[in-house]
Amino acid sequence: MDKTRRTILKLAGASALGLGTGSLGLLGKGIASAAPTPPTAANYNSPLHAKRWAMVIDTKKFDDALLQKCVKACHTIHNVPDIPTRQNIKWLFTGDYEETFPTEHNHFVAEKVEHRKFLMLCNHCTEPPCVRVCPTKATFKREDGLVMMDYHRCIGCRYCMAGCPYGARSFNFMDPRPYIKEQNPLFPTRTRGVVEKCTFCVERLAQGLMPACVEAADGAIFFGDLEDPGSEVRKALRENFAIRRKPDAGTQPGVYYII
Amino acid sequence: MYHAKYIIPALLVFLAVVTFPFWAKGKAVYRVELKLPANQTECIEDTETMRTSHMQILDHWRDKVVREGERVYTNAKGVKYSMSLTNTCMSCHSDKEKFCDKCHNSVGVAPYCWNCHLTTPKGGK
Amino acid sequence: MLEKALRGSPRYWGLLFVLAAAIGLGFGFYLYQLSYGLTVTGMSRDVSWGFYIAQFTYLVGVAASAVMLVLPYYFHHFKAFSKMIILGEFLAIAAVTMCLGFIVVDIGQPQRMLNVILFPTPNSVLFWDMLVLNGYLVLNLVIGWTSLQCYKKDVPPPSWIKPLVYLSIMWAFSIHTVTAFLYAGLPGRHYWLTAIMAARFLASAFCSGPSLLLLLIMFLRKLTKFEPGKEAIQALATIITYAMCVNVFFVLLEMFTAFYSNIPGETDPMVFLFSGLDGVNNLVPFMWTAVVLGLGSLALLIPVKIRYNQNVLPYALIMLVIGTWIDKGMALIVAGFTPNPFEKVTSYMPTIPELMITLMVYSIGALVLTVLWKIATSIRMEKEGV
Repeated sequence: MDKTRRTILKLAGASALGLGTGSLGLLGKGIASAAPTPPTAANYNSPLHAKRWAMVIDTKKFDDALLQKCVKACHTIHNVPDIPTRQNIKWLFTGDYEETFPTEHNHFVAEKVEHRKFLMLCNHCTEPPCVRVCPTKATFKREDGLVMMDYHRCIGCRYCMAGCPYGARSFNFMDPRPYIKEQNPLFPTRTRGVVEKCTFCVERLAQGLMPACVEAADGAIFFGDLEDPGSEVRKALRENFAIRRKPDAGTQPGVYYII
Repeated sequence: MYHAKYIIPALLVFLAVVTFPFWAKGKAVYRVELKLPANQTECIEDTETMRTSHMQILDHWRDKVVREGERVYTNAKGVKYSMSLTNTCMSCHSDKEKFCDKCHNSVGVAPYCWNCHLTTPKGGK
Repeated sequence: MLEKALRGSPRYWGLLFVLAAAIGLGFGFYLYQLSYGLTVTGMSRDVSWGFYIAQFTYLVGVAASAVMLVLPYYFHHFKAFSKMIILGEFLAIAAVTMCLGFIVVDIGQPQRMLNVILFPTPNSVLFWDMLVLNGYLVLNLVIGWTSLQCYKKDVPPPSWIKPLVYLSIMWAFSIHTVTAFLYAGLPGRHYWLTAIMAARFLASAFCSGPSLLLLLIMFLRKLTKFEPGKEAIQALATIITYAMCVNVFFVLLEMFTAFYSNIPGETDPMVFLFSGLDGVNNLVPFMWTAVVLGLGSLALLIPVKIRYNQNVLPYALIMLVIGTWIDKGMALIVAGFTPNPFEKVTSYMPTIPELMITLMVYSIGALVLTVLWKIATSIRMEKEGV
């Protein structure tokens, strides 16, 4: 068993090198250097707090390289496996206009928007259907608006995946470890049989750090407290026209897109 | 009941066999040789507490961190620790096979912590 | 009474052996699934429920359908059902057993299953479904076993059984309603998001369940000297006919709403089922088969003369069971996930391991049913002195 796993790891590593030689350098150096220091109690002295965390993505500022940099930053620090089948795992992913906003049935969309790619992730909804349907409270909403997963409690019934209108959730159909290219030793992997998704980097907020994608996006993603009129997200929403994915689902998504 | 004179004694024998490990305490003292961290002398709590209650502590940590978002543990002496199996425990107890597994294997428990949590925060395996 | 299950003809033991062998074979595949995960199934990130949950849904209907015998017998004193009623209750027990089996094989962490009870979550429909299914199982076990025991001993059933029977009638409606609520309350799954989902579920259950029961009873009549009675068969066939008419009517209501409103979210899953969407059309032949079989069964059931002809009736019932099974046991789940949240279509077909594990659960149900029916018929034979 162990031997085969190692072989698969080697294979995965080799293909990663082959596919990603160009993009490896894009990753911010601070995020996954070779020998990271484990956070101690002192690292949690000044956590970031909010009444309701939210994200505003300035989609105008994104090109393919920046999108990939953000996805890679997220997937590397969270040990998200790269599985080449439709049983894959995605926390932060991209799609074109129609995939991202399928309820906006428009013809002749402005060319720059039509060809633009958009980041998608868990919307950390105010009224999350995934939380409503979960039979064990394995997924739950915190007071600050984060929708969290307790992988220890998840029974893998996948009801939350049926409930989520955004396709933000992934199920571990198989052991994910052989498919993780570079393991971040400071963060757990997941195990076979549980559902996972983006956490708005709860572990980084607790250390006073911004989410990994926000850090990687060099100012193209705003993150902050939606209930604080002075916050960066509120400022961005005041000054720009922004939309949300499937607002008609009534879930009140916490991720906004400046078009 | 049909055949009570056979069934009841048989049931009693069955119960005796099943409960055997609970009432028949052996005299041999249970000993395991553990590899302790070289650069540390104190764990987060005293040895006796860790020996008997590390699983409850970890369970408590898990709920605190995952469900309540509290990440710092203050021990009996007032020292603070990050509540993390890999980043705190395994920073010192860096060899799972010579520490965790020693007892777990000999008492036949297989905690599934390691399905997700890595065995060292230093990278590698 | 259990001793009746221990004495039987070579044919009885042969059947049990075949079923046990099928269970063993399927269990091998289940071990394979346990060690590699649900990756051995055809399910994916887009179609995250599949054949298992579909069988679960279909069988909840079969379990609920016992009420089509219990209700006329207890509420309307329709005595002709007296011989069949115990068989209906025992079929419900076997069906619920299979439902629970399909849930167990579908979840990713079966060893944590009891978390549903350890952390009860009333806002989750799945929590309520667990409650009503287990409750229905216990109700049928208690009612079925007690009434059979009283029949054997020639004593009237105890007085506490009546309230339980009335409760079980309400309960039967609740299990399929709650199962429909699993699907009907999810934003973004348009095929399921319909107020008549529970009504549709009940209608299809009340035709397919009794059809399956009647087929099995006719088979039992061939194997043993059990005689359900002509009046009972005809009455049940009539109930099936009405329920099937209502079922087809409900499907047409869905069609109207979808195609007259012309809202893409409503029409897309139907187009996917009946002519394919974005080039994915693997369910199309099945759906048209279901249409032909469903309408064909109605053509045989509606004319009273054909319906009461016991040589033709089994064919009508087989057509009906297959047709409704395709609708619920194949199409319902996949169409709910089509198109996915990104308006893309992912095809789904069960894999061999998935089918073998399904075979295991069905065989477990058949084994439970065989043993229970063996006990019930042996006691009846003994009493009637045949």
